[in-house]
Amino acid sequence: MTELLVGTKKGLFVLEGEPGSAFEVKARAFPGEPVEYALRDPRSGRLLASVTSPFYGPKIWCADDASGEWTQADGLALPEGGDQALERIWTIVPGEDDQTVYAGGDPGVLFESRDGGLSWELNRTLWEHPTRPTWQPGGGGLCLHSIVPWPGEPAKLALGLSAVGIWLTDDGGKSWRHGNGGIAAGYLPDDAPADTIQLCIHNLHRAPARPERLFMQFHGGVYRSDDAGESWSDIGDGLPSDFGFPMVLDPDDPDSAYVIPLDSDRDRVTPGGHVRVYETRDAGESWTPRGDGLPGDNAYLTVLRQAFGRAGGGANLELYFGATSGDLFGSGDAGASWFTAAAHLPPVYSVRASA
Amino acid sequence: MALVRLRGPLKQRAAGQSDHPIDGATVVEVLRALEQAQPALGGWILDERGRIRRHINVFVNGEQQAEDGVVQAHDRIDVLPAISGG
Repeated sequence: MTELLVGTKKGLFVLEGEPGSAFEVKARAFPGEPVEYALRDPRSGRLLASVTSPFYGPKIWCADDASGEWTQADGLALPEGGDQALERIWTIVPGEDDQTVYAGGDPGVLFESRDGGLSWELNRTLWEHPTRPTWQPGGGGLCLHSIVPWPGEPAKLALGLSAVGIWLTDDGGKSWRHGNGGIAAGYLPDDAPADTIQLCIHNLHRAPARPERLFMQFHGGVYRSDDAGESWSDIGDGLPSDFGFPMVLDPDDPDSAYVIPLDSDRDRVTPGGHVRVYETRDAGESWTPRGDGLPGDNAYLTVLRQAFGRAGGGANLELYFGATSGDLFGSGDAGASWFTAAAHLPPVYSVRASA
Repeated sequence: MALVRLRGPLKQRAAGQSDHPIDGATVVEVLRALEQAQPALGGWILDERGRIRRHINVFVNGEQQAEDGVVQAHDRIDVLPAISGG
């Protein structure tokens, strides 16, 4: 049985099912509220959900049972008396320590929890970084949307921010440095400084079986780093578009990545009306379209940044993605074939799976 | 003391009580004092900047007021989510 946590514009949906057939909605929480992101921490089984009430502001809520009582987490706020307020939590990521959880949000902020997500503290070093006054938001805000731990190394993290580039720490967030070598931004002038940080990262993942390898979807291009994020190479040749947001890796194969290209930054839909997931198994040397069972014609879907998730790995890799159309698709065979897991949901913001 | 009236989720978070007698000379002073008396409301009405959240409206004796609105003893302060939609 696979569980899907689907964050939508109108609440959290918990679906269960077996790959190959439609999933059933087992629970719904936060009806009417935008749920940006939700996951089940595999260590504790606890559910964590980021909910951005248009009235009452962004919160993280915790529960053991989606149908039961949810508890608001403490400490999720910027320093009082400043000139900025927390706008949104984009992602929640379990850390390498037993109780550590990270959350990233707008305006470019990292929160850390040492009790499994019940209470949070702002990472002050990133908040007070001397370059912050120069940080510029992307179209979706100043988003810290990707947090990438290093397996077995709790002090090492990589972050992806839009539009402030890649950030790296080796000391548990006490200090931060850029990791932007080789990234070329087509939206900047040719003579832009080589050390610019105005880099619109869209998604960032680490290959668990080879932690120094990272894959990144950029505003224009898909990139790979083999030196822990210090430098990057464009591996986007063979994709129908260099633009997109979603990305998933097979944790058992460090040469693997899956992306869902969108037409362009001006027209953020599946290219040509064809819904295709693109897979590489050679670290980006080549890409193979995977669309068996997906809408092949007249399907102009938008798949958002966090709306692509996976369960398992290797021969048991399951893939799931949702669209703003409310369609939810799945694959139980690593993308070789696809099925419709659900339809007619509200616009899908995030999908996370566990099997 | 002014009387702060809450509805819906705000009332639920304030121990289920709608009426809260609170001291303060301005709207923001009253709301901060309300947060101290009812910690579960922290961050729900005022953001970190001390501003009333964008889609929350505060009325003093029926007139909408901003953070610096003057509050006097026996005033009635209604805290309401704004109308959403059109």
